[in-house]
Amino acid sequence: MDITTKNTQAPPPTEPPTATEQKRAARGATRPGDRIFLGLSRGSGILLLAIMAAIAVFLTYRASLAISKDEANFLTTFEWNATALPPKFGIAVLAFGTVVSSIIAMVIAVPIAVAIALFLTHYAPRRLSGPIAYVIDLLAAVPSIVYGLWGALILVPNMVGLFGWLDTYLGWTGIFSWEGGAPRSMLTVGILLAIMILPIVTNVSREVFRQAPQMIEEAALALGATRWEVIRMAVLPFGRSGVISASMLGLGRALGETMAVATVLSPTFDIQTSLLDPGGGTFAQNIASKFGEATEQGRDALIASGLVLFVITLLVNGAARAIIARRKEYSGANA
Amino acid sequence: MSNAVIKRPSTLQGARLPKWSPYAIAAGSAAVAIGVGLAAGLDSRIQWGLIAAILFVGGSYVIAARVEGTRQAKDRLATSLVWVAFLLAVIPLVSLVWVTVARGVKVLDVYFLTHSMGVVADTEPGGGIYAAILGSLEQVGLATLIGAPIGVLTAIYLVEYGRGNLSRAITFFVDVMTGIPSIVAGLFILSLMLMLDLEPFGFAGSLALAILMMPVVVRSTEEMLKLVPNELREASLALGIPKWRTILKVVLPTSIGGITTGIMLAIARIAGETAPVLLLVWGNPFINSNPFEGAQASLPLYIYQQYANSAGSGAAYDRAWAASLTLIAFVMILNLGARGIARWKAPKTGR
Amino acid sequence: MAKRIDVSGLTAYYSAHKAIEDISMTVEPRSVTAFIGPSGCGKSTFLRTLNRMHEVTPGGRVEGKVLLDDEDLYGHGIDPVSVRREVGMVFQRPNPFPTMSIFDNVAAGLRLNGSYKKTELQDVVEKSLKGANLWNEVKDRLNKPGSGLSGGQQQRLCIARAIAVEPNVLLMDEPCSALDPISTLAIEDLIGELKERFTIVIVTHNMQQAARVSDRTAFFNLSAVGQPGKLIEIDDTERIFSNPSVQATEDYISGRFG
Repeated sequence: MDITTKNTQAPPPTEPPTATEQKRAARGATRPGDRIFLGLSRGSGILLLAIMAAIAVFLTYRASLAISKDEANFLTTFEWNATALPPKFGIAVLAFGTVVSSIIAMVIAVPIAVAIALFLTHYAPRRLSGPIAYVIDLLAAVPSIVYGLWGALILVPNMVGLFGWLDTYLGWTGIFSWEGGAPRSMLTVGILLAIMILPIVTNVSREVFRQAPQMIEEAALALGATRWEVIRMAVLPFGRSGVISASMLGLGRALGETMAVATVLSPTFDIQTSLLDPGGGTFAQNIASKFGEATEQGRDALIASGLVLFVITLLVNGAARAIIARRKEYSGANA
Repeated sequence: MSNAVIKRPSTLQGARLPKWSPYAIAAGSAAVAIGVGLAAGLDSRIQWGLIAAILFVGGSYVIAARVEGTRQAKDRLATSLVWVAFLLAVIPLVSLVWVTVARGVKVLDVYFLTHSMGVVADTEPGGGIYAAILGSLEQVGLATLIGAPIGVLTAIYLVEYGRGNLSRAITFFVDVMTGIPSIVAGLFILSLMLMLDLEPFGFAGSLALAILMMPVVVRSTEEMLKLVPNELREASLALGIPKWRTILKVVLPTSIGGITTGIMLAIARIAGETAPVLLLVWGNPFINSNPFEGAQASLPLYIYQQYANSAGSGAAYDRAWAASLTLIAFVMILNLGARGIARWKAPKTGR
Repeated sequence: MAKRIDVSGLTAYYSAHKAIEDISMTVEPRSVTAFIGPSGCGKSTFLRTLNRMHEVTPGGRVEGKVLLDDEDLYGHGIDPVSVRREVGMVFQRPNPFPTMSIFDNVAAGLRLNGSYKKTELQDVVEKSLKGANLWNEVKDRLNKPGSGLSGGQQQRLCIARAIAVEPNVLLMDEPCSALDPISTLAIEDLIGELKERFTIVIVTHNMQQAARVSDRTAFFNLSAVGQPGKLIEIDDTERIFSNPSVQATEDYISGRFG
């Protein structure tokens, strides 16, 4: 962050050149064309850093305005009355709902995505796998609001049967009990999120599995391994870190998804012990739903909750990137 | 090495199930599932399907374990699980596309595309998405005008000039930026608007969309520039052509197809973003062609508002589906076009 | 242990392309048979038909018969997985499982086929590594990853992995082409020892190597690029290199062609 602010203060072309840049300057950056072009492109890069810094700074600033007025504990309060006097609001319910819905999505989507990726790379007839991969690419591009509309109007009514079944046989656990309300609950949200992140997790996993070295697979085959044993010995060990990072990318999407949750969930500001009963909320959904009626103070409170979401997604994505980077080193060492 | 350690069958001829056995087991499980479904009076087809799937997976494992041994059975189990997972995932995705098309065509006609909601009540039939299309085109267009050049220039910096800490920092934060939820980008612009005391307007949405677009463009452009062989650059530099002209006249033309593809895919991504538009542009039933003043409509936002504000009215749902179909068509045309350009231009890089 | 291979009328395809045509030959047990010939003549393809690895390549299919003693590898009801257990293979580039230790690499084939007691496994691993002349070099680091070994050691590890399951036949696809001369010598010595126990078939580009290690040599050739490869002749190595019966073989060996 330090670099960023320093760089934004100095206009790009007059920035003091580093040693390597001086060397480059000696070669040809003395031409006005070169200087302008370098300035423009470096300026764009610095602008990008400045935007990131600005996002962090402004969100933190507005959030601090809101939190300083908050009469309740921002982290643990089960209440969102940001516009009341005195304002009382906390993110406990939102954090819980965001985490729960994302976990449900991961639990459903990751195994299926891995299976589809294996299907495309190792099981499907070759004529089929190309077009299917293409269609999955396209599905990754379907806007989330369309998933949201489909979820609310098609998925929700179709969940009734499943909910009844879960209630009958697993209701005793408490997690799957159902009082018979509309199935606009965390489980439905989780299932919809799973469907939404399926394409991206599948795509990344497929890339990883495709890069598993053919040589090693043949080694396993020549030892008399069945297809599944080849996958276990020669494909999954290579794909493990790739699948983890693919899942994290999917998780990042699920955490920040707004519209699909806003259309499907029927939110309340409390925590439901059952995944089947409607209620709860997520960060993004809460911002979208509460925004319309919020005053400036209410909006600052929503910005504060958005800042928390921002930090969480940064951590998740950072972890995914770190795993990918480590994988690169690993495969490089073995090349 | 003694023979006793290795116990192996004396023959290569393991007992094998005939080739048609998976189909037979599938047909059998489907039949049993239908029988069970009818007998138990289960009315949900989804339950029938699940019973059939479980019977199929379990059945093939048991039969294979009996006839072929556990190793083969595990192999078959994995195969059937992979197939079931695939079919399971196909159902919602096919349903999504099918429903959108089937319901979308109901009210989608020239009238719908050329008229706006105006004073049409949300529960009444009529109206259209002209204002929404106009707003979306303006917002996305402005976002592209801002986001694409910055993204491309940043990628040029990273590939052609970038060494050292600055480029490492940019690379890292571009990665981070890729993961920003769209609603957070919206909140950022909102915090600026709160400080400047501004009312919602189209260009504010464009700014948020541009933020979402930049990292995508940087990444794809970077990939494309890296594909340009170094020999080309060196050949040009050796002719005494300055670096900036080398980039403009040699590097960019070589990779322009891929860069265009990347930008189009990025446009397709932001065109469907709803959350920032909801916060910053508000939506407007009337035509507002000025993105710099006053609330504007937007296509994804229109879908949400038709769904959310209509209190279950069929007319509003029809409009929401029709708008969804329009949006998907727009996104898909961009996608297919982008891929077409990529395929058409790709051989130039000599891969 | 070692079995005889009888090939008759074997033709292999890549989709529509015919890679090798109508090959018939006999490979004697407990001997080394070398395949030589110019690039693209189909000798590696032919090798891969002997343990049904050819059909792993997309579009690959085979016509004809390969008898292992009396059983046709391509006969009805034959399980390719069990074929590959009987006919082991060593590849051009050493390919130990990079995520497994040296010990696990050697034990990999055994573990596939059911459970073994730990002591049994240890015995087999030690025997196989000794059999591959690698034991002394790795006995202190059996738990280290196999990818940490040198190229020649990795190739011997792959041989140890292949012989650990006690196959009847050992196929080697240019096993030394990625190795330096000293490692090559080590592998060649090893082949000489292994032929006491296994039927060995080796593809090589190096004619001196064929002359050094093999008892019999088969020469493959193709009439033109795009035409299928054919077996020109197979005979005792000595005769092939001193007095071949076909002119093309003599041309190839004396370097007048190819």
